[in-house]
Amino acid sequence: MNASLMTLELCVLALGVVLLLADFWMPAERKKYLAYAAIAALAGLLLISFSGQGVCSLGGSAFHGAFANDALAVFFKRFFLLAAILVLFIAAEFSGRIAAGISEFYSLIVFALAGMLFAASANDFAMLFVSIELITITFYVLVSFQRGKLQSLEAGVKYLILGALSSAFMVFGIALIWGTTGELNFTKLAAVAPQFVGSQIFLLGVLLVLVGLGFKIAAFPFQIWAPDVYQGAPTPTTAFLAIGSKAAGFVLLLRVLFTAVPSVMHTPAFTNLLIIISGITILYGNLCALPQRNLKRLLGYSSIAHAGYLLLGVAALSANGQAAVLYYLAGYLFTVLAAFAVIAIVLQNVENEDISGLAGLNQRSPLLAATMTLAMVSLAGIPPLAGFFGKFLLLKAVLEQGATYHGYYCLAFTALVGVVISLYYYFNVVRALYWSKEPADLSPIELSSPAKFFIWVCIAGIFWLGIYPSTVLDPALAVAKSLGL
Amino acid sequence: MSILTYIAGWPLLAALALIVVPRDRQKTIRATAVVATLISAVLAVKMFAQFVPGVDGYQFEQQIPWVASLGISYHVGVDGINVGLILMGAIVAFAAALCSFEIKSREKEFYILLLVMTGGILGAFASLDLFFFYFLHELALVPTFIMIGVWGRGENKNFATFQITLYLSVGALIALIGLIALYLQVPADVRTFDIPRLTKYFAEHTMASGAQNFIFPLLLFGFGILVSLWPFHSWAPLGYGVAPAPTAMLHAGVLKKFGLYGLIRIALPLLPQAAQSWAHVIAWLCVGNILYVGWVAMRQKDLNLLIGNSSVAHMGFIFLGIASLNLIGITGAVLIMIAHGFLAALTFALSGYIYQQTGTLQISELGGLCRKLPFIGTALIMAAMAGCGLPGFANFVGEATVFFGAWGKFPVVTILALWGALVIGGVYMTRAIRNVLHGPLPEKWNVLTAVTHFWRKLPYAILLVCLLVFGFVPKLLTEKINPDAEKIVSQATAEKLVAPTEISGARP
Repeated sequence: MNASLMTLELCVLALGVVLLLADFWMPAERKKYLAYAAIAALAGLLLISFSGQGVCSLGGSAFHGAFANDALAVFFKRFFLLAAILVLFIAAEFSGRIAAGISEFYSLIVFALAGMLFAASANDFAMLFVSIELITITFYVLVSFQRGKLQSLEAGVKYLILGALSSAFMVFGIALIWGTTGELNFTKLAAVAPQFVGSQIFLLGVLLVLVGLGFKIAAFPFQIWAPDVYQGAPTPTTAFLAIGSKAAGFVLLLRVLFTAVPSVMHTPAFTNLLIIISGITILYGNLCALPQRNLKRLLGYSSIAHAGYLLLGVAALSANGQAAVLYYLAGYLFTVLAAFAVIAIVLQNVENEDISGLAGLNQRSPLLAATMTLAMVSLAGIPPLAGFFGKFLLLKAVLEQGATYHGYYCLAFTALVGVVISLYYYFNVVRALYWSKEPADLSPIELSSPAKFFIWVCIAGIFWLGIYPSTVLDPALAVAKSLGL
Repeated sequence: MSILTYIAGWPLLAALALIVVPRDRQKTIRATAVVATLISAVLAVKMFAQFVPGVDGYQFEQQIPWVASLGISYHVGVDGINVGLILMGAIVAFAAALCSFEIKSREKEFYILLLVMTGGILGAFASLDLFFFYFLHELALVPTFIMIGVWGRGENKNFATFQITLYLSVGALIALIGLIALYLQVPADVRTFDIPRLTKYFAEHTMASGAQNFIFPLLLFGFGILVSLWPFHSWAPLGYGVAPAPTAMLHAGVLKKFGLYGLIRIALPLLPQAAQSWAHVIAWLCVGNILYVGWVAMRQKDLNLLIGNSSVAHMGFIFLGIASLNLIGITGAVLIMIAHGFLAALTFALSGYIYQQTGTLQISELGGLCRKLPFIGTALIMAAMAGCGLPGFANFVGEATVFFGAWGKFPVVTILALWGALVIGGVYMTRAIRNVLHGPLPEKWNVLTAVTHFWRKLPYAILLVCLLVFGFVPKLLTEKINPDAEKIVSQATAEKLVAPTEISGARP
């Protein structure tokens, strides 16, 4: 047993506790700045993880294989650290609108991060369930944090009910898997799973686990909660849901599918299931986003569509597909966080977060307008930004499998239809930025210097991934190779 | 660094530089755009002059690995097929930048988009890597939509923007699927996006005919939508009708040729069997372009819609040249691509000027304009004559060559196309001249002012001169196109050709 592998997670948990304690003796007006302390601490951990030694170093597993610190885990741990750092920036900008308990808000973000870090390493169904619950329960609180706002409370209740339901399904699935095979550990399960491919109960168990994960990533038909919760939750929470929670779902999905039950995945029925879910998710997200006027709701539907695109890479059942998923998530991180940051800053005083609230932004703050444009254009998948290369990789991975199974060609065409539909609503947002009629409010927006720093980091990330894809693609390919198939 | 990198790079650099120029410095912004495109054009002329015809392989090559794990590299180079296209593109871009006088609102954004479009499309033509080929075209395509949506004119603007975005995005994405599928036909260990290496690989290993017949239609219809192949052409006249003149010039003149270039460069040599079996389909579809769209053009009441339809009709001749799959046909197709680039840019520039002066392009409201606008009128008459294939203009050379090439294989189609070129084209072009330029001048147009300024005349003059130069000395192009067209034809037909006919003999 090698508990030192968990140093990173323990540090993050300790940070969360410290933030909670700081609440006692920090004067109320300075509590806002706790976010920057947390950012500094997390940035330190991120830097150490890149130094190649210490907390995030490669190798080994702990707790009888329940906790694995392999290449996939390390990739996602860095990803989650970066996501949390950027979300804390947004939270600091947003702090004015949180009536009480801002330091709790920060510490809950950090606790959710700890859950995601555990999820990245989960190699056992018990570990998977505990880490998912750690993430989901903190999010119940984070979503309903604006206690004075009815929408926020409504979103919290919806998330709670549907989240609890999906957890129940998942536990049931885990129980069925354990009942049939007697294994909870992914690696051991992989060895025995081929004997159970014919067992209906075992397959039902796998299916129910996928239901739970499908809820986390907001894939059809478990996507119902996403638009409402995205709209009602405080913007930093929405941002963290969109990137952190979704990525946690994907890392667990990759683990379960490719480490625990690869033998099941290669049965035609499951391949078809993945293809169909991916296709419908893409179409559903994009079609429902078309009429939306509320920006966060629009991004909620767009996040469903993006879950569908990401599922393309999973459905391809290949190393290239997995690498494409990792790359796409990295691009999505900068893009979607940039968009939410703009929403958090610009729509401070706009009650309903309507697209028209962005009118005249290019006169109020050209930098924010350019950021939002880049984010939308990248989400739409237009070169030379990160989103284009990501979609290219996903499509390539799917077409690669087309030769063996023609259903993949149908999937690729569905994805194309989705991309074309999405152009309409993304460009609608861009149009509101630059060319809307008679903007009501033309007061310039002052950006704080941390916010400026944050914006430039996101812009640099969007361009960097689009222009130098190798920096992420090569590690992603290495991870995918180590994951095996 | 290859000269090609500079040709495509200057406009992109200028676009980046313009981001930091304050928006009230309109003169600086304009000058930057004009100078950047001028440098590109001068470099392109220099490259064209230095190009040595008949040398094996590509010239001015440059290759920088980009994503090694996927076999993507920045690779540019020219041979006889794209050398003329790059020259044409750079000159048209310069003319378009000069014609952007008419843009009076949000100049900064307009010039940035124009420069991105220019750099993207020149880069796409120079690119010898499938990924960059597509990537740079997409980079050029998106500004088109924005420019039409924002600076477009007329009440149909929103519908036209919507339609052109939808059509061209679908076309580009279908072509992307085809290109990725093509890339995946190579075994995993030697996979590359490099066009010369792919060409070499498929010359040695013939692709399975099932795969060929799957990929070729994707490329044909994907690229076909981009080139307004009948029946996927309906976006074009309307889109050009509402587009601001510089955008229409660049798109109809240059960007649209991307799909045709893709067919000649990629689809024919890499998918020879499918190309042969699909040649009949292309030939009959092009009758739709030439005859059907020609008839539609005859009925137009708006000058821009007429020009847009005639530009779609001209695409038919290029498709006919490609379908003939022989040296003369392909050479002719490339010739028309270049000639039509100059011609489309010229006509849209002229109609843009008329619109800017009169505020309308309804043919019934115009008339006698030659009196007030002698320079513009004369240029428009010459452009119309070039459009109906008058000897002396570059279009005649190309069209005649295509007809010679296609006669042996598709006599019926050729006769129909001849009818379309000589009779239908003649009717709508001469009618437009009579109704717009000749006849009595309506009272209200007495206020029009003729172009006097040298810089305003320059773009029209340059484009006319190019049409005439290549019309009188087509050898400048044919001697470059011939050897490489022969290579493509020999790959596409996979049998040695009879001695090439002396095409430059088709000189008027």
